[in-house]
Amino acid sequence: MNPDNDAGHGRSGVSRRNFLGGGLVAAAVTPLLNATAEAEAAEAASATADGVAQVLVRAAVNGAPVTVLVDPRATLLDTLREKLDLKGTKKGCDRGQCGACTVHVDGRRVLSCLTLAASTTGHEVTTIEGLADGDRLHPMQQAFVEHDGLQCGFCTPGQIMSAVAMVDDEGPARSDDEIRERMSGNICRCSAYPRIVDAIRDAQKVMR
Amino acid sequence: MRPYTFAQARSVREALRGAGSDTAFLAGGTTLVDLMKLEVMTPERVVDINRLPLDGITLDRKGLHIGALERMSDVAADPAVRENYPMVAQALELSASAQLRNMASIGGNLLQRTRCGYFRDVSTPCNKREPGSGCSALEGVNRGHAVLGTSDDCIASHPSDLAVPLVALSTVVHLASARGTRSVPLDTFYTLPGSTPDVENVLRPNELITGITVPRSPWAAHSLYVKVRDRQSYEFALTSAAVALEVRGRTITNARVAAGGVGTRPWRLTAVERALTGRPATSATFEAAVVRAADGAQPREHNAFKPALLRRTLVRALTELQESR
Ligand SMILES: Cc1cc2nc3c(=O)[nH]c(=O)nc-3n(C[C@H](O)[C@H](O)[C@H](O)COP(=O)(O)OP(=O)(O)OC[C@H]3O[C@@H](n4cnc5c(N)ncnc54)[C@H](O)[C@@H]3O)c2cc1C
Ligand code: SF4
Ligand code: FES
Ligand code: FES
Repeated sequence: MNPDNDAGHGRSGVSRRNFLGGGLVAAAVTPLLNATAEAEAAEAASATADGVAQVLVRAAVNGAPVTVLVDPRATLLDTLREKLDLKGTKKGCDRGQCGACTVHVDGRRVLSCLTLAASTTGHEVTTIEGLADGDRLHPMQQAFVEHDGLQCGFCTPGQIMSAVAMVDDEGPARSDDEIRERMSGNICRCSAYPRIVDAIRDAQKVMR
Repeated sequence: MRPYTFAQARSVREALRGAGSDTAFLAGGTTLVDLMKLEVMTPERVVDINRLPLDGITLDRKGLHIGALERMSDVAADPAVRENYPMVAQALELSASAQLRNMASIGGNLLQRTRCGYFRDVSTPCNKREPGSGCSALEGVNRGHAVLGTSDDCIASHPSDLAVPLVALSTVVHLASARGTRSVPLDTFYTLPGSTPDVENVLRPNELITGITVPRSPWAAHSLYVKVRDRQSYEFALTSAAVALEVRGRTITNARVAAGGVGTRPWRLTAVERALTGRPATSATFEAAVVRAADGAQPREHNAFKPALLRRTLVRALTELQESR
């Protein structure tokens, strides 16, 4: 077994060590704490909510360092939406069954509804808000717009985050059937699947 | 969710310090967080073990060693696994979704809990969740439930796909506690429900899975996992089959067979293995060998199709495997 704790799960070229390095993408509206606030936060950590100590999380969200105090029970999904005001990530089932809450952690697609925020210290989280480059949409977002890869749009942020990591982290799909299989963790209640597949097929050409 | 304290451990020793029946270890969280939300699991302490050095996938003379914290997706993508134990990679790839496979660990996978709807619903009686309260599935919705290894107290099926090829290959689970380490064959790691369905395995409350070893088995390179389910992807098995065959000339010289979706634990079919060994690798042999695969099955109202579906799943797996040579 590899004793190097840091080797971790960032198998996609994004390592845990350098998540704070590199150009920061447009900082999201996040409660960045300064030194004093951090001390206060640490103090608050010993205070209790529901009788249990809160947990101080230091992570990077969409490229910006974030320090936030969370209830040990808080999911990454609720923390993004409620504490960091990043409401692009959607809550569908809250049970790991629909994919609406898909985000990237260290470049890999995961479900934020089954991820405890408390466990994300030292990791790099990317949400749908962190995908565009300023006003320029990510090629996957652009393709969803062009192909009308949605109806109500509720599943769309999850579909796009899932599809981006499918291509970038795992490698492009070689057929439509493969896209369908590899995207099966993202359910669309409106059944916009044909156009979602069209969008992904097109976007992965540009992304390569 | 009930309140709990949260800690991150950096070593096995630190994780085990103070661990008891009130403690839950957090790996990928895809079972634990789900069941804590439903208040089916109510630990008072959650210890995050993701920083423990329990990673690594290595192949040596003894076999394939996989650290408990390796993720399903990484194991499925590993070249040594794909080449030497294809049915292990296939079982993983046919499990859950890409997102879940990125999160879920091998140790957690082996410890995932049943998908019985009553187990997951705290408003209904369930002996596994609340010993002595009764089993709602006996006369309830039991389409997904087990037909082998059941008892009058619980008929929940074991949900893991991965565990099916692993029992077929005589995998060993490595455990660590404050008292030391021990290794247990996966087949005996899981216990039958009997009158204590709340006990599912021999893991002690203060014990960690550190990894598994799949013994070197050259014939495993010729293996296949077939999963039958209600939808084509992102769904648990109704039935599944893990088959490995060593064929010399026309004769089967070694066979490993196990089934999923039908048992209260991953179900090794040694009688089928024996019926295959020494015979020609033909469809007649396959058909004859599986005739008694579901002997002793106790079907209920909605899962009465399982014995027949199991036999067909096995024949299909054996046939496809043989045709792929
Ligand atoms: C929607 C959905 C669909 C799914 N579909 C499938 C499927 O088709 N096939 C399939 O096989 N599985 C499926 N799963 C189950 C999934 O594979 C498991 O939830 C996962 O493998 C559990 O691993 P984890 O690391 O997330 O475990 P966790 O949730 O972190 O832990 C599970 C349990 O094991 C304990 N634990 C974890 N690691 C250790 C360790 N090293 N030592 C001691 N105790 C430990 C925890 O305390 C907890 O009790 C599905 C899950 C979901 C939510
Ligand atoms: S089958 Fe087992 S898990 Fe399901 S309700 Fe009965 S006792 Fe509970
Ligand atoms: S909200 Fe997370 S999978 Fe449905
Ligand atoms: S567009 Fe409505 S759920 Fe997918």
